[in-house]
Amino acid sequence: MEGYSVIGKRIPRIDGRMKVTGEAKYAADYVLPGMLWCKILRSPYPHAKILNIDTGRAERLAGVKGIVTAKDFGGWSWGWMPRTRDEHPLALDKARYLGEAVAAVAAVDEDIAEEATELIKVEYEELPGVFDPEEAMKEDAPQVHDYVKKNLSWDFHMDFGDVEKGFSEADLVREDRFETGRVITGYLEPPAALALWDSSGITIWPSKQSPYFVYRHLASCFKLPLNRVRVIQPFIGGGFGGTKNDSLAGDFCSVLLSRMTGRPVKFVYSMEEVLMTCRRRHNMIIHNKMGMKRDGAITAMQSRVIADGGAYTAIGPLTMYLTGCISTLPYNLPNFKHDIYRVFTNNPISAAMRGHGVTHTRFAAEIQMEMMAEELGIDPVQVRLINAITAPHETVNKVTVQSCGMIDSIRHLANHPMWKKRTGHERRRGPISQGIGLSSSAYLGGARQRGHQSCGAVVRLCEDGTIDYLTGATDCGQGSDTVLVQIIAEELGVGIEDIDIKRVDTAYTPCDAGSYGSRVTVLAGAAAKKAAQDVKRQLSVIAARELGTEPENIIFKDHKVYVKDAPGRAMPFLKLSQIACYSGPGAVILGRGYSDYGIEELDFDKGIGNAGTSYSFTSQLSEVDVDMETGFVRCSNVVIAHDCGRPLNPVNVEAQCEGAAVQGMGQALYERFVMDHGKILNANLADYKMPLSTDVPDIEVIHIPADDPDGPYGAKEASEGAIVSSPPSIVSAIHDATGVWIKEQPITPEKIVMTLKKKEKT
Amino acid sequence: MKMKKISFILNGKQYELRVKPWQTLLELIREDLNMTGTKEGCGQGECGSCTVIMNGKTVNSCLVPAIEADGQEILTIEGLSDNDRLHPIQEAFVSHSGMQCGFCTPGMIMSAKALLDSNPDPTEAEIRESISGNFCRCTGYTKIIASISAAADLMKEK
Repeated sequence: MEGYSVIGKRIPRIDGRMKVTGEAKYAADYVLPGMLWCKILRSPYPHAKILNIDTGRAERLAGVKGIVTAKDFGGWSWGWMPRTRDEHPLALDKARYLGEAVAAVAAVDEDIAEEATELIKVEYEELPGVFDPEEAMKEDAPQVHDYVKKNLSWDFHMDFGDVEKGFSEADLVREDRFETGRVITGYLEPPAALALWDSSGITIWPSKQSPYFVYRHLASCFKLPLNRVRVIQPFIGGGFGGTKNDSLAGDFCSVLLSRMTGRPVKFVYSMEEVLMTCRRRHNMIIHNKMGMKRDGAITAMQSRVIADGGAYTAIGPLTMYLTGCISTLPYNLPNFKHDIYRVFTNNPISAAMRGHGVTHTRFAAEIQMEMMAEELGIDPVQVRLINAITAPHETVNKVTVQSCGMIDSIRHLANHPMWKKRTGHERRRGPISQGIGLSSSAYLGGARQRGHQSCGAVVRLCEDGTIDYLTGATDCGQGSDTVLVQIIAEELGVGIEDIDIKRVDTAYTPCDAGSYGSRVTVLAGAAAKKAAQDVKRQLSVIAARELGTEPENIIFKDHKVYVKDAPGRAMPFLKLSQIACYSGPGAVILGRGYSDYGIEELDFDKGIGNAGTSYSFTSQLSEVDVDMETGFVRCSNVVIAHDCGRPLNPVNVEAQCEGAAVQGMGQALYERFVMDHGKILNANLADYKMPLSTDVPDIEVIHIPADDPDGPYGAKEASEGAIVSSPPSIVSAIHDATGVWIKEQPITPEKIVMTLKKKEKT
Repeated sequence: MKMKKISFILNGKQYELRVKPWQTLLELIREDLNMTGTKEGCGQGECGSCTVIMNGKTVNSCLVPAIEADGQEILTIEGLSDNDRLHPIQEAFVSHSGMQCGFCTPGMIMSAKALLDSNPDPTEAEIRESISGNFCRCTGYTKIIASISAAADLMKEK
């Protein structure tokens, strides 16, 4: 980028060295003298009353130091909203999903702790369960929670324009049923924490992408003031939303066991516990109805969505909100109606996951739009171009878009050699049929929903010209620490090596919502920029005095300050720092900044307004080879045209898009939990089929700059759009190869073979 | 519990230790030797996060009983760099952004090391195959493959 020294440059990650040497410490790597191990006993039933818990035998096992059950938490519960606090650290009266935590043990080593859990005797009364959300909505279905009828966890009814009028004006109206799969985030670092309770309160090193969530939960649970809860963030081994945003049984139990025993307590979940019990993406059934004019223009869309919420609410209401409120992007949609029902079942809890909410309804709408375009004889590029929005734009539900590279991204892909070879190429070689698909998507960045919005930065100058940067934001792998440091370096005219980012320590860093809703670059980036500018203002006064000019004439660049238009009148940044810190009483140079972008209220009940501050746009081409005999699909090539505003670090943006596209591919083609009455039959990584290195396509990322006027240096969110665009482009490519549309993810070989057989018969 | 005495070389250093019969090599490395660079992802030999090199071959250290380390030579991520000097594979992972969250990185690098030691000039397909036992959820593998390819070039130069 022109004029910038650090911003927009392909700078390697600042944490790279620590990560390649094994020096980077994750939660499970922390130990303290006298440390105990915590293990959790989990319910073997998906729905059962807990009649009695006998811990006697476990207590007598040598090496066991403490045992906790629900009663030790005094009935405390938590949830995303005041009225959804339905989850207890340990199951209170009944277990509502298989694997729900029931008791926890602390012992001198992991093996003894595990053995002790097996000695705890729990008397259950098994209850009839409900596992299918459509069944759960029926009058006579078993009730997961006593206080809600027909298991309705949450619902939204959004209604904009006049869909009936829109459908009557359409030349073609289509209704389809789509379904998205049961998939999990897939981080490799299982949740873990080391907790210590002493006279100063709680200190905990947990694997959290939102450390300030557990900070509040622990203070509330243990009735401590916030300044006696210290959450120290280790390196985080992937997040992708849901589990590592929220708190876990292990967090609460290890803290309580530390209080009971006076010793530090550590837990590390097993991968089986992760796959059986941790938060996952909602599985959704989407009944979609769309109206289209003969030229391809969409006149109306109506969606009726049923989401399997699992046993508790968690962040589910927000997921429901996003499925609807972002449906009005990235295409003009004058009439829109959205009814969504989140339903309790006796399955594990559904929550946020990368591409949150948006991936479900965009998949349905994108595929249906293309099906209709096909019926009307309109090219996939054309139908997108005719409907794509341009900035500035306000949707029918008052989502406002200030910058938009949608049309640019579609045009780039339409001119790409991959798309050009789609027409007129030899698509069949032996049993292999080749197909190419296109999709587009939008995603919100800088999410600011319902409180927990604060996002600040503190920048502290050291007397040797180096800089400490304190942020409450968490890099769980996406590379945000590097981008944030680039911002400070750019503003102060120094190098990234001069800045040290302090990872979250709630004792010192400013409160922040952490990594969720693609908010770090947009909001923490703005805060970092402002804090650095605050330092600059303070230093400019001193520099102006030394260089005989006014503060506003001081330029910070290349490790120097100089007078604007007189670069000869300069001094090194180091010298300026020394003068600032040593002369007179010695100034304490401390810069502060916070982001106030996008804080206008939205109407959460009706789905009106901006849930994010700015919106990214992504178009994607996918090329697949489908074996027409076995149904096996290989995705060989992907091209992503991504408008993230301005890429502040293009390598990071590309890396994020690549990861997102592959995660989306896994969801589209392979990944799913196979479930039987609430039991997961494939709770291991060998059978739950995430993509491996041999499965992944070659990926090209094209940057489509469309600066957001209010984002830091024009930046918006990066890459959540690419997990949204991946499934529809792959489904469209499979259609191009096979001639059939498959509307349920994942598109397994069996589904392809069965659909092709059915087509042959008709 | 009968402890068994074993001796082995790890990262060039000779060790003599008593281990429990059911202890894994991963537990030995992480808990007895306090080297936490080697990670435990699944503990079932599926994710590759715990990959170390034993006698020149990669193993999932979560599946290897510690007693099998007796008489063996083991290399972990901590043994790769020469004090402050990164190994060319580590250098390439840094310069080519071959990692994001970093949790799979030590195992991934050990797999790459075993490949490049036996095949200094691998094709892309061979690189993909060599890390097909290592899951990564962040990168989509693209930049990891590029890093290993760059590492091969770096190692040839040196």
